[in-house]
Amino acid sequence: MTTLFGISVPALMGQLLIGLINGSFYALLSLGLAVIFGLLNIINFTHGAQYMVGAFVAWFLLDKAGLGYWWALLLVPIVLAAVGVLIERLMLKHLYKLDHLYGLLLTFGLALIFEGVFTKRFGSAGLPYSIPDKLSGGYNLGFMFLPTYRAWVIAASLVICLGTWFMIERTKLGSYLRAATENPSMVQAFGVNVPRMVTLTYGLGVGLAGLAGVFAAPIYQVSPQMGSSLIIVVFAVVVIGGMGSIMGSIVTGFGLGIIEGLTKYFYPEASNTVIFVIMAIVLMVRPQGLFGQR
Amino acid sequence: MRLKMLAAAAALALGVGSAQAQISGNTIKIGVLSDMSSLYADIGGPGSVVAAKMAVEDWEKMHHPKFKIEVVSGDHLNKPDVGAQIARKWYDEEGVDVIVDTPNSGVALAVSQVTREKNKAFIGSGPGSSDLTGSKCSPNTIHWVYDTWMLANGTGTAVVKHGGNTWFFITADYAFGHALERDTTNAVEKAGGKVLGSVKVPLNTQDFSSFLLQAQASKAKIIGLANAGGDTINSIKQAAEFGIVKGGQNLAGLLVFISDVHGIGLEKAQGLILTANFYWDMNDKTRAWSKRFAKLDNNKMPTMVQAGVYTSVLEYLNAVNAIHSDDGGKVIAQMKKKPFDDPLFGKSRVREDGRNIHDAYLFQVKTPAESKGPYDYYKLLATIPADEAFRPLKDGGCPLVK
Repeated sequence: MTTLFGISVPALMGQLLIGLINGSFYALLSLGLAVIFGLLNIINFTHGAQYMVGAFVAWFLLDKAGLGYWWALLLVPIVLAAVGVLIERLMLKHLYKLDHLYGLLLTFGLALIFEGVFTKRFGSAGLPYSIPDKLSGGYNLGFMFLPTYRAWVIAASLVICLGTWFMIERTKLGSYLRAATENPSMVQAFGVNVPRMVTLTYGLGVGLAGLAGVFAAPIYQVSPQMGSSLIIVVFAVVVIGGMGSIMGSIVTGFGLGIIEGLTKYFYPEASNTVIFVIMAIVLMVRPQGLFGQR
Repeated sequence: MRLKMLAAAAALALGVGSAQAQISGNTIKIGVLSDMSSLYADIGGPGSVVAAKMAVEDWEKMHHPKFKIEVVSGDHLNKPDVGAQIARKWYDEEGVDVIVDTPNSGVALAVSQVTREKNKAFIGSGPGSSDLTGSKCSPNTIHWVYDTWMLANGTGTAVVKHGGNTWFFITADYAFGHALERDTTNAVEKAGGKVLGSVKVPLNTQDFSSFLLQAQASKAKIIGLANAGGDTINSIKQAAEFGIVKGGQNLAGLLVFISDVHGIGLEKAQGLILTANFYWDMNDKTRAWSKRFAKLDNNKMPTMVQAGVYTSVLEYLNAVNAIHSDDGGKVIAQMKKKPFDDPLFGKSRVREDGRNIHDAYLFQVKTPAESKGPYDYYKLLATIPADEAFRPLKDGGCPLVK
């Protein structure tokens, strides 16, 4: 067994790979949050609950309509985006003129409502959702057994994260979105429908959360608590990366996943807290986050 | 004239007082303290409140008591300080006489302490730590259904006998997990096995992949899951994903409830060996009661904890009625006086250390082909008689045992 500084290299590689998998979830979720905050200045506390609803919709599609994983990948983000649009149109848009805090309170309240309703109806043990056949099994890499599904999650998240970043930072539509948040009246004067852009952006962010939920359903339990355990960590990721920076949240998401994985190997009892320790340090040294500009 | 009135009033007050003086407020208040919203909510939770209310209803129909009985409930959020605070408030301000259920050994140990201070009663069906009737035993506490020693010796010994003689533990990092790991290590070593290592995992972890990887690297034949509820479900599901069983290792679920098996699904849970004291499909009595329970709890079959809440409330009320008092220490002492026939757990007896003993059963989870419908999950492998199932009285280190 090869060792490096007394650490078994195969075991370490295994933990790094797992860290990368967790990092993909962090990146995907923090991307949605960063998009919503960066473009709309809304702190979307409902994000974790929307991720959870996404997983439940995927389970529902399988259980009631017989529509499997691949259908869920397509339909769930659309359903969640529609939910997001509803939330924005009916509730959030009234709060834009007010302090950030109101938006935070509203989204936090919504999160509690979603979780409460689902817990009441489904209990806490969660529901089973199997890994789709094409993605089951795995590769024996020698130092660990890598399930195909987890490799798929890493690859798919990378593609989606980079795709979203590209769309926002490098396309015309993205530039309209960015302009609309910086100077809405000016952009509106040019004939761009700003309120609609805002609504669609929120829908996009929520759709991303739902998509992460579908990715999670086969490997984590589909349970009403799945969002609340993740959302705090995701917020820490966004804060570390820089609240408005999209590339920042992607890089930080993957990076922190790896750091958490290493902590689980060296000192598992601290694995829950290491990300917050890093957040505290970053906030003291560079309050705008690693990639933030404010 | 005035003197006569005063005398009459005094006599009346004394007369009324002495009839009711021993049950304060002429009301017995039962507090169901549980995890209502997190990883243990399906093991006890709102289902336990249903069970307690069923017990009160059934008991009132049988005995037509002269006192009132109320049920209140609270969520301890899996935090010992929250649980202790609720217990204090219940005992001091709301006249609660007995606390039942309380899954989460950390909370249960704290509540047991508060209950002793206030001389109330605590009958825990939910918690696991054998310390509740060991070093931390109390004359005001009864440990009603199962404990970590029973689980360790049931499942642990059986697994070692079947060839699983090297172990690696994935342990929930709090009182229950530590107690379960300790008791199972003792049982495994006594049966001739060896423990190769362990890893402590924070309670309510979502992702066990890195801990399962460490377990795989240890090459132990058995990966012992010293956790419960949502943690167990996640460990088992993810173990299937990482090809742990295909790679030649086996999982031992040290504390598994029927709600867990339902959440994991038979495909992934099949073959698991577990120890429990109750299964809804054991006999006609358990079937009849469980079906009544299911109608009131979203068609979910009861866990052994919820069954325990039902019978512990019945027996508590019997004791209160027998001595006509709600004094915690006295009621608990009354419950220890004679063996009794528990409607769901069979012949039972509460020992001096507060341990309620009854038979334990070794079950195996059925394959999907063997199961005829939802909740038809277990087949009985063996029955462990009450006297062997639990830790011998002298070994617990309980100061109440002379």
